[in-house]
Parts: sequence; C-alpha cells; structure tokens
Amino acid sequence: MRGKETSHPSPAPPALAGYLEASAAQYPDRTAIVDPDGSAITYRELNAQADRVAGFLVARGVARGDRVALVLPKCIHTVATIFGILKAGAAYVPTDWTAPAARNRAIIDDCAVRVAFVDHRRRDVLETAAASALPATVVLAGCTPAEAAASGIAGTVSDAAVRVHAPLPSRGASRAQDLAYILYTSGSTGVPKGVMLTHANATSFVEWCSATFAPQAGDRFSSHAPFHFDLSVFDLYVAIKHGATVFLVSEELSKDARGLAHFIADKHLTVWYSTPSVLMMLTEFGQLDRLDCRALRLVFFAGEVFPVEPLRRLVGLWPQATYFNLYGPTETNVCTFARIPVPVPAARTEPYPIGQPCAHCSALVLDQALAPVRPGEEGLLYIAGASVFQGYWNRPALNDTAFIECADRRWYNTGDIVRETPDGFVYVGRRDRMVKRRGYRIELGEIESVLYQHPAIREAAVTAAADPQVGVRVIAHLAARGASRPSIIELKQFCGQRLPAYMNPDVFRFHAQLPRTATDKVDYQLLVGA
Amino acid sequence: MHAQDHDTSAQKMAEEGGVKQIQDTIRNYILSTFLPGESAANLGDDTPLRTSSLLDSLATLRLVTFVEEQFGITVEAHEASIDNFDRIADIAAFVERKRNGEA
Repeated sequence: MRGKETSHPSPAPPALAGYLEASAAQYPDRTAIVDPDGSAITYRELNAQADRVAGFLVARGVARGDRVALVLPKCIHTVATIFGILKAGAAYVPTDWTAPAARNRAIIDDCAVRVAFVDHRRRDVLETAAASALPATVVLAGCTPAEAAASGIAGTVSDAAVRVHAPLPSRGASRAQDLAYILYTSGSTGVPKGVMLTHANATSFVEWCSATFAPQAGDRFSSHAPFHFDLSVFDLYVAIKHGATVFLVSEELSKDARGLAHFIADKHLTVWYSTPSVLMMLTEFGQLDRLDCRALRLVFFAGEVFPVEPLRRLVGLWPQATYFNLYGPTETNVCTFARIPVPVPAARTEPYPIGQPCAHCSALVLDQALAPVRPGEEGLLYIAGASVFQGYWNRPALNDTAFIECADRRWYNTGDIVRETPDGFVYVGRRDRMVKRRGYRIELGEIESVLYQHPAIREAAVTAAADPQVGVRVIAHLAARGASRPSIIELKQFCGQRLPAYMNPDVFRFHAQLPRTATDKVDYQLLVGA
Repeated sequence: MHAQDHDTSAQKMAEEGGVKQIQDTIRNYILSTFLPGESAANLGDDTPLRTSSLLDSLATLRLVTFVEEQFGITVEAHEASIDNFDRIADIAAFVERKRNGEA
C-alpha cells in the first residue's frame, strides 16, 4: 500500500458553499468570476445571487438530497446557480449543454431531478421524447418571463424571475456526507452512469490542493473545462476558497487555439488547468511564441497521457511555470500527482508517471487474484480515501463490482493498469473497453449501441488505436445489413445526433462480416490487429 | 458592377476553373484526412461540415492550417467562422476573396 493519509491541518469545511460564504465575508469587493463576455461579479454579489437562487429552490420545494440539473452554458449565472443549489442542500447535475437532446434528457430522467435549469436555446431537451415526465420546475434561462410563460411547458419560469427572488435566510443546509454533485460519464451499455460525489469528497480534494499548491487571493484561474467535467471542481472551489478570480472560458473559445492563447496572455492568467489535448492544441496552433504568458505560474494537466514531445515544446515556450500531472478518474477526482521537471530533458521519450498518491488518498496495486504485486510489476490500481465517490446513481449491480473491501476499507477499482517505480506509479493501460479521448472517458460499447440503432447496420464493433497526432483514434468496424452500405458522411451525422462530438468515430471500416471467436463473440483482438 | 462587363468569357472560365480547383483540393484533403474511405461524390460543395458533425473543432483547426499553407493566405481567428468554413463552396469563395485582397 502506498500513501499515508494525513489529517487536515484545520477541520475541513462542512460544505462547498462555505468557501464562497467565507470569501464573500473576507474579500467582498474582490472579483470572483469574469464572464466570457467580459462582465465580472464580486464575491459579495455572487454570494447574494446564490442566496436568491437558493431561496427560489427552497420555495419550489427543493430539500436536502434532491437533484437539480443544469443544461446551461458557462457564465456567471451558471456559477451562481451551482452555489444556490448547494446552499439549498441539493446536488447539482451538470450536463454538456451542447450534447444531443436525448442524451441530456436521459441524464435528467435517470436521476429524477426536482428542478432543471435549461438554456432557452436547448429547450429541445424538454421537448424530446422521454420515458419520464418533466421535472416539476423548469427554469428557462436567457429568455424573458413572457417567453418562458409561452413555452407551453407547465411549471416553467424564466431565470429573470429567479434572480429577483427573495434570498434564503438561513445557511448551512448541507452536511459533509450529503451529495454535492453527480457527474455523468460514458456507460458501456449505452446509458451514461452518474458518479455520486459528496461535499466531503470534494472538500478533501480542495483542501489538499490548498496545502500542496498554495494558491493566493491574487491568482487568476482559468476555467477551461466545462462544469460537467471534474476538472471544474478545481477551477471553481480552489479559486473561490482563496478569494482568487476565475476566468470562464466559453464553449466557443475553448476550441479556438489562437483566441485561447490571447486570452491567457491578455487576462494575465496565473493558474491553468486542462487536458493535455488542449495544451497540445495551444502549442501547435496557438502561436504562443508571439505572446507574453509569463504570468502563468502553475500549469496542471489531467485526463489522459501527455506525450513527451509536445510537453517538451510547451515547457520550452512557458519555462517560468511549474507543471503538475494530476491523475484520477471522476470516481476519485485527483488521487495521484507528479511534478514535471523544467525543462523536460531532451533524452526523455517515455511519458511522465502519474506519480505519488495525494495526502488524502491511498493506493494499492493488485493482481487479478487481488494479491499485491511486487514493486515494478503491473497490476490494477485501487484507491481509498476521502475523495472516493459514493457509488453510481441507481446502479446497484455496478456498485457491487466497483469496490473491494481490504484492511477494513473500501477501495475503488480504477480499472487502470499501473506499475510502481521509484518516481511513482506509471500508467500502463487498460484491459477493458474504456478509452480516453481529449480527457473524456469513452466506453466503446456506448458507441456500438448507437451504431446498432442504424437501420442499415447489421454488426458493429468499435476499437481504439493510439495516434501520434490526435492521441487516440476511434475506429468503427461495421457490416451492412443489405448490399448497399450507408455513406461515411451519413454515419458521422447519425452518430453526431446521438453522441457527444468526442465520441464520434474517426474511421468507419466496412467488413463483409465481423470476425468471430470460437464462442461466437466479436473477435476484437483480430480487429485491433487488422 | 461595370468592371464585369470587360471580362472575356475565357477569363471567366479560367476563374471558374480556379474555384473548382480550390474546391477539389479542399475536398481531397477533407476526404483523405477526416473521412477515409468516403467517395468524393458524397462530399458535395454544399455539404455542411461543422454543423453536421463531420468536422470537430480540432479537425477544423487542421483544415484552417491546411488552407493557409496550401493557398498562401492568413486566416484571422474571427474568419474561421461557420460563415466561411462550414461548406466547401464557402471555403473556396473565402480563399478567392482573400487572394483578391477583398477579405
């Protein structure tokens, strides 16, 4: 076992909203959040807005333990809404507001939210055919009260009404063990699964970041990751705990390499956190050599392996910063970390390790018989500690297999194969069918289940291959039902209507029939080798 | 525009050939890079690229870089918009305008 969990220097705050309340008291006039449109909000006003959201929610019957969904773009109002939900004692369920309507509706239905905040441009989420009734209250964001009333959906109000609601008079509804948020990730059977995380899960990570990286009130944090991605937990709560300023990156800007590079330089950002994919995009297309980004002092990356060559180039362009590789599935948030040397030595070819366990986590590497492996041998990485999630929402069968009991503790099986070295754990790969692309988890089975919905597809098997340019390429192997096969463009569009963009296959390959094993299962080994 | 009155039909044909050539160069790049195995006939000049999930954001960046290098133009960040980069016809027209100093 690795890692000796240390107790916090001070008692952990009971709930996430406490970070905002403390900073609003200590730094009322500091800027908390800067919107993609350039407008800004102080800590005092952000806290007041969150109180009004909480007042609205409680008036609508939201109580401790309830879920509230967000189908909203990144903006100040969304941050205030998140804190309002937490203040009301509920858990927020953030979704990718650009994802297909049916997928977001499936998430809203799955965790039976009491209230949904939906951007008016995505009201298709409410109109799409679904097995369950709509939540009792729907808040349509970005439209007038008259437009909301005219939507024809019962219980609909505009967010303008929420923003003038009487604030919640009392505070401290949440307890440490209450759910704070549910993050949905790709599920192998085609249905996303909800990872349940408590306030204590989140604050244990936030407190560890505070102690390890010493953020300051003068820091200027990027918020690149969308709120349904667990990187946002760092961006929001670590920054707000310290009275720093968070610069929200819009969906549009997040993919615009040159615009993003200018954003980092012009806003004098000091703390950056994103996937390696985004940093690789900035290095390749951002023209960073023309910009002054010397304010950056901390650069964190997580979610996937950072190939050494582009990392070396990035570190060469930003030599003043300190770099950390943070590792951890959504189920544990960050649980191991490694500092990257500056500069990256020219001779280095292997990706850097995922490193040592964080102070609030312990790690075990076990073989398939659940026996510890010797240092240097490969095994599955198990994590225990304060940040480990509670289980998947409403998935008892999955929860039975996600954890093991060992030494009177509950250990989460990450599914990641690692090897222990003197520099910490080294990520080796996986044995199951989960891959990472742009930091997002993809269950290849979820893509297959969509392809099987296509009327002209008889067989579908999806594989992944390493690609030096894009990291991972997703390949769909298909057999058509009839003589004529659908066009690749049609298949791309078909997947695009049903899956997030990062799950759309890169390559579609047709076979007369898919190869089968002796037991008549699709022979993935043969397909990967093909 | 009166200037057009002076164009000879030969000039017009050469210009149309130029646009057609730009379109085919872009089409071949998209097919070979992002849609391997697709036939050229299925990727029309008016097929939406970004608004119908054919190109994601990273693919769009690579396409813009290709267009810059291939046609010797500079694409400003605001120009890599849906207006200019969603259909092969629009991209080719944009390249033409850039080359003629109109954009």
